[in-house]
Amino acid sequence: MEPIEQIRVRAETAVPGAKIDIVPNPGPANQLSLLIDSAHATDVARFLRDDTALRLDFCSNVTGVDWLDRTVKRTSKVKRVVDGEEKEVDESAEEKIPGYLEAVYHLYSMAHKHGPVVIRMRTTDRGDDARLPSLTPVWRSAEFQEREIFDLYGVHFDSHPDLRRILMWDEFVDHPMRKDYVPPDDFEWEPTPHDEVLARAKQHYTPRPQLDGAEKITTQPQS
Amino acid sequence: MTQQIDEQLRSELQRQGVWVTSMQELYNWGRKNSIWPLQFGLACCAIEMIATAASRYDIARFGGEVFRPSPRQADLMIVAGTVTKKMAPQIVRLYNQMPDPKYVIAMGACAISGGPFKQGYNVLKGIDRYIPVDVYIPGCPPRPEALLHAFMELQRKIDDQKLTGANKAEHLNAAQPSEFPVPTFGAHDLEPSANLAVFRPAKIERT
Repeated sequence: MEPIEQIRVRAETAVPGAKIDIVPNPGPANQLSLLIDSAHATDVARFLRDDTALRLDFCSNVTGVDWLDRTVKRTSKVKRVVDGEEKEVDESAEEKIPGYLEAVYHLYSMAHKHGPVVIRMRTTDRGDDARLPSLTPVWRSAEFQEREIFDLYGVHFDSHPDLRRILMWDEFVDHPMRKDYVPPDDFEWEPTPHDEVLARAKQHYTPRPQLDGAEKITTQPQS
Repeated sequence: MTQQIDEQLRSELQRQGVWVTSMQELYNWGRKNSIWPLQFGLACCAIEMIATAASRYDIARFGGEVFRPSPRQADLMIVAGTVTKKMAPQIVRLYNQMPDPKYVIAMGACAISGGPFKQGYNVLKGIDRYIPVDVYIPGCPPRPEALLHAFMELQRKIDDQKLTGANKAEHLNAAQPSEFPVPTFGAHDLEPSANLAVFRPAKIERT
């Protein structure tokens, strides 16, 4: 298969106005992925599917990722005059990146037996009305998995044929795979809680001691 | 009543070809040797339940081979596997549709307490939150022998049930509810999260 940089360039020329970035992967796999802007996502996806050299006709997996607000420290070498002498100095700048939700698609070609090509789309924020274009019209196999992302991450897929919850019930309002989701406190905490579990256990036992009578919970003695 | 006849006299009579019994004994003997389980499985425990019903372990030896596809013909509900919160109302509804006397075996860690999924958001932390359970089988999943053991325990339990008197079986008590409230799907969790009339968790002493 052609290198991902070439795919990016060809896709950008094939779809006028599309903006595609390559997302670096610092892990040992170094699997790069294409970040596609939402406005042109469907056209880019059609190109990836129909292009004779690529023919990515099989979408094997769609998954969601929740990125919280984060600050990234970047260090860069800057030339600066220190004590009348020019030196290279490390300068670190903090960059605040607002959170967003992401949908990741893994594409393969059955016709050419190659792949995967990983494409990503990002929402603008993590709000209740996070939107992305649906790629189900391009790859039918994305239907249920986009429903799953809608269910668990709360991403609304525009032009999805049947956007309903798939795992949780319809009356459910939360999105459990979001990182700030707080699960219902509906069970008895273990007899010997510690650390974070202790904090949650304390929270659990104060308001409703009638459920298991374990209201006498205290901190474990420090040794 | 069995208590009113001397055991020695009884065995002496039996040796002479006279078999003395009581209605209760006869009735319970019939019931305990023909338990019809409800045919449904929820997860990997169901595979063990199927193995128990098949030839190698053969639950038919204990009179429990007639798995019924309808709750209206079943006496025993084997909750075999993880009960998700989405499934829990249906389980309670099935239980409500079973005719009295009815029994429940909670098979495996998940059906008892949620098991390895206890800290998850979507799994019910034990079916005993909504319906009364007669026999619990620990294990993940329990072997077929464990299910057979639970089945025999249940038979013992049925055999001990009294038909009359102050401590007669619960299903003969008119005040005893045979239907339990079905939880509804709430915005964050099932509502209520447990039926407190049924659910009595053990007190854990913490120091």
